[in-house]
Parts: sequence; C-alpha cells; structure tokens
Amino acid sequence: MRPHPPLLDTLYRTHARRVQATLIRLLGDFELAEEAVQDAFAAAVQQWPVDGMPDNPRAWLIRTGYHCGVTQIRQRSTAQRRAHLLLPADEIPDLEPDTIQDDALRLLFTCCHPSLSMEARVALTLREMCGLTTEQVASALLMKAATVAQRIVRAKRKIRHANIPYEVPSQDELPARLPAVLQVIYLVFNEGYSRSTGSQVVDISLTQEAMRLGEELASLLPEGEVFGLLALMRLSDARRDARQDSTGELVTLEHQDRGLWHQADIRSGIAWLEQALAMTPTGYYTLQASIAAVHSQASHPGQTDWRRIVRLYDALCLRHPSPVLALNRAVAIAMKESPAAGLQLLSELEQHPQMNRYYLFHAAQADLLRRQGRHEDARLAYQQALALVNQAPEKRFLLKQLAGLEGAQ
Amino acid sequence: MKYAALVYYQEQLIHAMSDQEWHDLNQECIAGVERLTAQGHYVAGQALQPIETATTVRVRDGETLISDGPFAETKEQLAGFYLLEAHDLNEALQLASRIPPARLGSIEVRPIRELPPKQTTGETS
Repeated sequence: MRPHPPLLDTLYRTHARRVQATLIRLLGDFELAEEAVQDAFAAAVQQWPVDGMPDNPRAWLIRTGYHCGVTQIRQRSTAQRRAHLLLPADEIPDLEPDTIQDDALRLLFTCCHPSLSMEARVALTLREMCGLTTEQVASALLMKAATVAQRIVRAKRKIRHANIPYEVPSQDELPARLPAVLQVIYLVFNEGYSRSTGSQVVDISLTQEAMRLGEELASLLPEGEVFGLLALMRLSDARRDARQDSTGELVTLEHQDRGLWHQADIRSGIAWLEQALAMTPTGYYTLQASIAAVHSQASHPGQTDWRRIVRLYDALCLRHPSPVLALNRAVAIAMKESPAAGLQLLSELEQHPQMNRYYLFHAAQADLLRRQGRHEDARLAYQQALALVNQAPEKRFLLKQLAGLEGAQ
Repeated sequence: MKYAALVYYQEQLIHAMSDQEWHDLNQECIAGVERLTAQGHYVAGQALQPIETATTVRVRDGETLISDGPFAETKEQLAGFYLLEAHDLNEALQLASRIPPARLGSIEVRPIRELPPKQTTGETS
C-alpha cells in the first residue's frame, strides 16, 4: 500500500476490505480485485483533493476499481476466457447496499470453504477478511512468510480451478457450512489466546482479529451460534490478565486472581450469550459460552455452580460426543461430587487411544489423585503428562505441580 | 463445468457383502445414474473390475514395461468413475455425496482440465 494522507489512510482502513470483497465478485478473480483496489485508491488520491470527496466513497471506489479491473482484463491475453464475466463498460455493476453487504459474507464463506485445508482457510481469512499482509499473517502464526504466501497462492488457485463459488450458502445449506466458518474464527482466537503475550513481539492480536471477525459476522448473519462464539471469545478474553502471573507462568482458573478479570468484557460476553440463548437450537459454542459464564459469575472458586456446569457438559456430550468433552465433564463431576467420582469416569475413558496420548488427560488424573491424597499415583500420572506435553509453559506448570507434590510428602 | 468423481473403497468391504447387499448396491448405482442423467449432470461413467484385474503400463526409454496391478499400495482402491456436469464445486460435491459408494469409501472430486487448442501445422512454438 502506498502512503496516503491521513484522511485517505482512514478511508482505506474503513473501505478497502469491503471494496475488495465486492470487486472479487464483479471481476471474478482475487488477484485482479486486489490490484483494482490499489488502483482505485491511487485514483482517489489524485481526484478527491481536486474534485472533493464523493457522497458515497465506497461506491465510488468500487466503480473506479471495477473499471480499472475491466481495463486490465481487456489488456490481458486471458481476456477471451473472462470476457463472459464482464458487463458492458457503461453498465453500472450491482451496487445495491444489500448485495454489497453480502459480499463480505461471500468472501468469508469462500475463504472458509471446507474444500480448503484448515491452514489455508486460516491464512486466507486473515489475509482477505482481516486485511493483514502476508508478512503479518506469518508473524502472527509464527510461520515463515514464504510458507504462508505459498499456502495463499495454492488456495486461490484451487478456488479458481475447482470453481469454488463466491456465494453465501442458501438457508438450507447454512447449518452445514456455518460450522466451518466458526471453526476458523475460533482457531484464530485460540491461536492468539494460547500464546504467552509477554515474550511475543507481534503487533497483531489474533484474539482481537477473531473477535472483530465474529462481530462482523454477527452483524451480517445473526445466527445463534455466531452470538455463542462471540460470547465464548469475550468471556475467555476477559481472563487474559489473570491467566499468567508476573513471571509469565500459567495460572489455572482455580488460582486466578478474579479481581483481574475484565468486568466490562464479562458483561459484553453475557450480553452476547443472552442473544445466543434466545435462539434455538442451542449449539456447541453457546453451551461452551454458558460454561464460561458460570465461571465468570463466581467471585470465588468455591462459589462456582458446579451442578450447572455438569448439566451443561451433559448437554454438550449428548450432542457432540467427544473424549475431550467427556474428560472435561469428568473433572466437573469431580468438583461437584468427589475426586473419586471423577477418577471413576476417567478410568472409563482410559481405554480411548486418543486419551492415552493426551497430556491433559494424565494431568487431570494426577490432579484428582493429589486431591485424594494418593501422592505416589499422582506423581506417576504427572510424569506421564510431562512425557506428552510439548508447550513450554504447560511443561513448567506440570513440573511445579510435581515439585509441590514432593514437598507434601 | 465438468468434474470427475473418482470412486474409491476398500474392496474387502465389497467382498464381505452378501449377494443381496451387492445386488442392492448395484441397483442403487443404476438408479443414481438415471437420476443424474435426467437432471443433465451425467456425462459419462463406468464401474471397474477389481484391482486384481489391473495391469500397469509404463514407457521408459522407448521400452514398454508391463506389470501386474497398480504401482502403489493404497488402502482404498479405485472402483469406478463419473464425469459430471456441474455449475460449480458446491454443486459437484453435492452430486458426489449422493453416489452410493460414498457411504463405503470416498469420492475424489476434481475439476477437469481442458487441453490447450490443437496446434495447427506451420506453427512451431
């Protein structure tokens, strides 16, 4: 992007992504649309200071970008192939406000199409929907810029060659297609959330980008699960300052200083949750957000309504059976009833091959054994967890727990 | 736009079927082709004999090499193919999801690639 005067800079941030989303539809090509956006802003830099700002800057930019794109197509050897996409030069493309609104959704559903790999969906969404540069995407995902660039190029090629349509799924397809979009947004959020913020020199906050995307999606597609995901992200993000101590070590929910939780974010999360709960059916993210809300509303760990949390996990496990959810449910039951009740459920889960390789399974088992006073068994379980864990902060946390156990003996 | 839908499954699953199940599956496929044809989506297609009947041909340094079976050991074997006419990938995927063996194995959906126009004599590039 060329340097713009401050006003244009603001306009660029406000309009560029939306203008591009519409130009992709009109020109039928990602790269061409990207160039056309740049050309339209270059024209604006020249013309607006002289002629004054148009009444509808976005429509002006779309029209100008469209004409730049058309000129490009005519000059290229590919003109023959794309000619059918083009309207006659004097015909004004469809700039109905509703159609323009939907272009952002079309772009999001295309970037998150299930026929693209998850990695490609994340990179493409950050690049095209959040307007990050390839370098910013790479640094945010802790990857090489060349790898990200390659992924994006491949994804765009697939969109073009396999003819992935640029459209919002119809109402009856939506239930099947929306989860893929929400999954990308939540993955972006978690990618940001699971990082230790202290040691990072990244100016892009993936958690912020994910929440912005969620809000944009909610304004375009007010579905219950969109609100549920937003609620879940807000309520998790509200704990951002409490989940690490001053040395950057992880602090579990139980030991967090709840005074550090951001109450404004909790209120906003609860408000989204209420909107989600007003719509049926209650989906995966809404139930997860409901659990987060129960924790948020307890000013002390002892006040946690574990009965309600167990009920919510029951509903989740019924609708989305998975060993990871069953593990969380077992821990909740341990808190509601007794460590022995939790351990009983964990021993049933032990058969599952996925659980045996999952460090959190062994860590949960260790914690319940410790609570029961079975220190030797707990020690063995912590060691199993340590053998499986990859992330440094989690490893340090487990070592600390293990050291605490030795001290207790 | 044309898409190839390549049907893969583990032949063991088929071998384990009863005669009645095998008969039903075939009838279901026939009905599927009739439906695709009626909707204008069917261009061509064929079921294939089991992998043990396959022979692989390669030409290296002008020499024709013939060997038994396919080159790679794979879990699922190519069992048939369809050539479909669909508006875009979403439509092609929706059509592929209704091919009966999708329940047993997998359907690989690929856009077809048009070869460039035939070079006319006299051009050399």
